[in-house]
Amino acid sequence: MTQIPLLSASRITKSYAGVRALSGVSFDLYEAEVHALVGENGAGKSTLIKVMTGAVAADSGTLSVAGQPVAAMSPATSRALGIAAIYQQPALFPHLTVAENIAFSLEARVPWRRIDWSRRRREARDLLARVGADIDADRLVASLSMPEQQLVEIAKAIGSAARVLIMDEPTASLSGPEVERLFEVVARLKSEKVGIIYISHRLEEILSIADRVTVLRDGTTVGTQARDGLQRSTLINLMIGRELSAIFPKRTVALGEVALELRRVTCRSAGVQNVSLEIRSGEIVGLAGLVGSGRTELAQTVFGLTPADSGEVLVHGSPVEVRSPSGAIDAGIGYLPEDRKQHGVVPEMAVDQNVSLANLGFVSRAGLLDRARERRQAQGYVDQLRIKTASVGSEVESLSGGNQQKVALARWLAIGPKVLILDEPTQGVDVGSKSEIHALMQQLAERGLAVLMISSELPEILGMSDRVAVMRGGTIAGVLSREDATQERVLAMALGH
Amino acid sequence: MHQHRREIWVAAAIGVLFAALAIARPEYFSRGNLIDLFLANLAVLIIAAGMTLVILAGEIDISVGSAFAVCAVAAGVLAKAGVPTLMVFAGVCALGALVGALNGSLVSYLRLPSIVVTLAMMIVLRDALRWITQGAWVQDLPSDFQWMGLSQSAYPFAAGLLAAAIVAVLAWSLRYTAAGRLVYATGSSRDAARLAGVNTSLVTLCAFASLGALTGLAAVMNAMRFNQVPANTGLGLELKVIAAVVVGGTAITGGRGTLAGTVLGVVLLGAIGPALTFLGVSAYWERAIQGAIILVAVAADALPRHSQRYAAQLRQARA
Repeated sequence: MTQIPLLSASRITKSYAGVRALSGVSFDLYEAEVHALVGENGAGKSTLIKVMTGAVAADSGTLSVAGQPVAAMSPATSRALGIAAIYQQPALFPHLTVAENIAFSLEARVPWRRIDWSRRRREARDLLARVGADIDADRLVASLSMPEQQLVEIAKAIGSAARVLIMDEPTASLSGPEVERLFEVVARLKSEKVGIIYISHRLEEILSIADRVTVLRDGTTVGTQARDGLQRSTLINLMIGRELSAIFPKRTVALGEVALELRRVTCRSAGVQNVSLEIRSGEIVGLAGLVGSGRTELAQTVFGLTPADSGEVLVHGSPVEVRSPSGAIDAGIGYLPEDRKQHGVVPEMAVDQNVSLANLGFVSRAGLLDRARERRQAQGYVDQLRIKTASVGSEVESLSGGNQQKVALARWLAIGPKVLILDEPTQGVDVGSKSEIHALMQQLAERGLAVLMISSELPEILGMSDRVAVMRGGTIAGVLSREDATQERVLAMALGH
Repeated sequence: MHQHRREIWVAAAIGVLFAALAIARPEYFSRGNLIDLFLANLAVLIIAAGMTLVILAGEIDISVGSAFAVCAVAAGVLAKAGVPTLMVFAGVCALGALVGALNGSLVSYLRLPSIVVTLAMMIVLRDALRWITQGAWVQDLPSDFQWMGLSQSAYPFAAGLLAAAIVAVLAWSLRYTAAGRLVYATGSSRDAARLAGVNTSLVTLCAFASLGALTGLAAVMNAMRFNQVPANTGLGLELKVIAAVVVGGTAITGGRGTLAGTVLGVVLLGAIGPALTFLGVSAYWERAIQGAIILVAVAADALPRHSQRYAAQLRQARA
């Protein structure tokens, strides 16, 4: 192709707090092209999109729009240059009408100016017609369905004369016919010479809609290929590609009796359907699946945050009725939540107070705190888990991410659990703490704990698990033994092939 | 040390104020004036102790002024009906606790914002009271009810002992009981506390109910000082109470603060008004200066926290 690309990113590098999210990624997009971007969770797709839309600044590398280098990309310049993005969750104002939402991105921001309502409606209607959407421009966005909101987003993007449209998982919440309709819109946009960056986990969609596919892995570009002749299996191989580089401290432990048994556990409000699973003492079961497959929702159902509507939970063979987190704790189930800062620790409280929070009964007598005992308990875990802190009285906020995570873990060890659910235990944790947490998981298993580990990192899942349970659409798609579990198999199961 | 910075600053401000008064107007410290000051601020002190619990738990209650009026009128009516003083205390505290529990359950079980719930409660209680009493005061309280049945000179000591006991017990409970810990945890991070198995709804409910009971207690103690209960008593009381708690260093977002700070806040804001009169400053300035104190206190809190956060970001960026 001798044309000038609409948008090109070359050798983009970006790190967050020392963690490399993108290193030397190059990507280009021509007009009238659908260029798909694929990769595992955490491969760097979102970061690349954020760099291209100016939401974050790249550490190095260049961005060019229509051949002109852009020195500093900001959300405003990217909009001005005709780059628009629509995300999985539409970002519209729910309490304004469709016409007002579209006008917001169309009309110049002049504070004092008469609003020409009839023109607003006319323009909105024209744009909606161009994307083939039959939506009344006077309806409130809050009353629209998800696919309708997406069409409004697309209309908005076209209205702002977008030449580059980035679609991030646009079909994640759409049904079959809705996907078809979206594809028609994409084809129409292509015929109007718009370039489209299309991100999806659904490989069959990509193979049917994309002109070219770029695969990202661990923050680098693995390759860009034309769609013609591309096989699904080739794509999956490109997405995984690597050998297990890290060494995991996994040793097989003699398994005990079944510690946690789920029998057809369902929680409709959380989207957990009919999950049956057994975990034995000393066993680490990895829970894999794509973002949105229901892994965290399952954990929160078992932990009583979103109590199950039906099904049974058994701990060491006896049924337990878990209606709240404290019920789960009484039953011997601990849950290390995913979002450490928001949920895992209470940042303003001291290390010892965080450790004792789930078992205040142990450090108090008749409601009175035994502060010496509380400090001793915390000191024990600080030594055992090698938590780096000035003292047990320091606020958790002052600790590094990895050490905060160890404090969160100590809280759950302190309840003397039978079952421990770890939700992304090493996410955003530095490499050193990560292997310490892995070693700790192994020790816990050797002490007879049953561990359910949710992770989006396949090597971690394969490296640490005795068995791998793969979730898709709120239920368990399949369970693989350690021997049978390969990256290809897990990913294929998660994708539903 | 740095975590009690606010308490130290407020204590220092009180020290400066008192030193200035001791030099310029030593009569400020006359026995009579001090007792008057104490009695005038007794209700604020008791209610502020309860308000500290609610604000620590991450909520707020602006209906305490109205609840105070309802409780005061109820105390007057009960006393006039010949109910023994001890029973008046018990009944009115229960009434206050009921109002608080109602606020608390709306906030924690219906997940309504506490400022809206208690704003509605403030209006409902105030106007219901106006409608029922038709603006009439409860007059001619029996003499055995007044001053708790003690002499006028003994009452301040009894009241002082009671207030000190309440503050001490609450301060101690916040620091040394599991229940107190749960209040801090709930206010610091409701989600994290819930995920650690804390029944945050119950904690919130209890904080509101305790505040209600203390409001009832304050209402009875206050009603005893006079021969009658005005139907519009307690107007604007909620603002004085919240101001004292905030000046005392309790974070309005919850999770941080001490009862000692609240006591200091009550002393500073309560002492400053009459002090100005003694120092010859026009009384018109009183409210403006109290407002300025609140602003200074909150700003002093925000500045170091911004710089700390900035320093932490720098550290992380370098690491």
